[in-house]
Amino acid sequence: MENTITVYLEQENGERIPLETPTDMGLSIMEVLKANEFDVPAICGGMAICATCHVEVLESGELPEPSDDEAYMLESLPHATERSRLSCQLKAKPELDGLVVRLMPEA
Amino acid sequence: MITTDICIVGAGPVGLFAVFEAGLLKMRCHLVDALPAVGGQLSEIYPKKPIYDIPGFPEVLAGDLVKNLEQQIAPFHPTFTLGERVEELQKQEDGSFIVLTSEGTQIACKVVVIAGGLGSFEPRKPAVENLEQFEGKGVAYMVKDPETFRDKKVVLAGGGDSALDWTIFLANVAEELTLVHRGTTFRGAPESAEKVLSLAEEGKINLMLKSNVVEVQGNGKLNAVSVLVDNNANQKLDVDYFIPLFGLVPKLGPLENWGLELDKNAIVVNTTDYSTNIPGVYAIGDINTYPGKLKLILCGFHEAALMAQSAYNIIYPDKKFVLKYTTVNGIQELA
Repeated sequence: MENTITVYLEQENGERIPLETPTDMGLSIMEVLKANEFDVPAICGGMAICATCHVEVLESGELPEPSDDEAYMLESLPHATERSRLSCQLKAKPELDGLVVRLMPEA
Repeated sequence: MITTDICIVGAGPVGLFAVFEAGLLKMRCHLVDALPAVGGQLSEIYPKKPIYDIPGFPEVLAGDLVKNLEQQIAPFHPTFTLGERVEELQKQEDGSFIVLTSEGTQIACKVVVIAGGLGSFEPRKPAVENLEQFEGKGVAYMVKDPETFRDKKVVLAGGGDSALDWTIFLANVAEELTLVHRGTTFRGAPESAEKVLSLAEEGKINLMLKSNVVEVQGNGKLNAVSVLVDNNANQKLDVDYFIPLFGLVPKLGPLENWGLELDKNAIVVNTTDYSTNIPGVYAIGDINTYPGKLKLILCGFHEAALMAQSAYNIIYPDKKFVLKYTTVNGIQELA
């Protein structure tokens, strides 16, 4: 479908759940996850200040560089990895088609 | 003891607007907030960010919205306890409440309105084995009195400004200071990062990069930490204090123990009037949850209006509520 990509959420058992994601609504991956009723607290509502939407990117094309706010928050997370991102800061765009993420434990 | 009609917990935009809605109905409000100023996250986190979805304001800076709200509620002369966190809610025999704060302030009121937004910010705890067992026995999440660490062996963990600043400060206080950082670079203030690297080169601190504290040990009191270096080797350090500095995370805090019905860190409310499961206690704004909840400031404003109508029946049980329009009645200042 035009203006739609598929991102995948990998479960603990390795199963990858496809999520049809519109790219013309300005949604973030956090909002896509919440819309699909996954347990993403996102307490701060997408301002990169609570890190409760923390994901690890398992597969992707080229991702946008994290903003200073996101990078600073990731730096402060004790269990972040080099592939960590805040899903609230990843906008659903065509370049993210095929993105695979897994939810990280709540901060 | 402070006496009021409504004690509002949280002085963010929704808490402030609740004063207006209560004031129209001749109810007095006292606001309590853990932050030292009103405005909540609008003042604390993004005062210069524009907001576009406040009716009548095509664009308004968060800080300006707070100033406008303060001006709007001024005729109702609210009172404030700032810089103190609410701790306890004590229900009295007559159905009223006493709210106690972290500094011992007592507020007697007939209605409590929780407008706590994200909740209060508390230290983020890393997943370290045995960590909580040693809290207050060598594990601390903030530096309250640097003298505590004089001539002690201290391990700090983290890579943000707080970790860098305290590393620099405690380098001259502690007998032995180690900074453990997961990454290889620092994103804090560049001058702080350079200073920490210089201290390490001069041998004044131990800097362990690509490292994580994975376990704390002791016998009643902390005496060692285990550090995983480069995901490979474990190194044991003898320490007196371990201070993980990984920023703050919003939590409900003491509200969790008030007996409120909760769902994933939010307070469940009845959408008729935003009352909670405790009669006389309401929750409005981002801190509540109900089917269809939208975390928007304007939704919190709506919730404040409905809450005030319901609270009126508690504060004036013998009077019949009649909705008054400001276009007809204007704003009648409370004496």
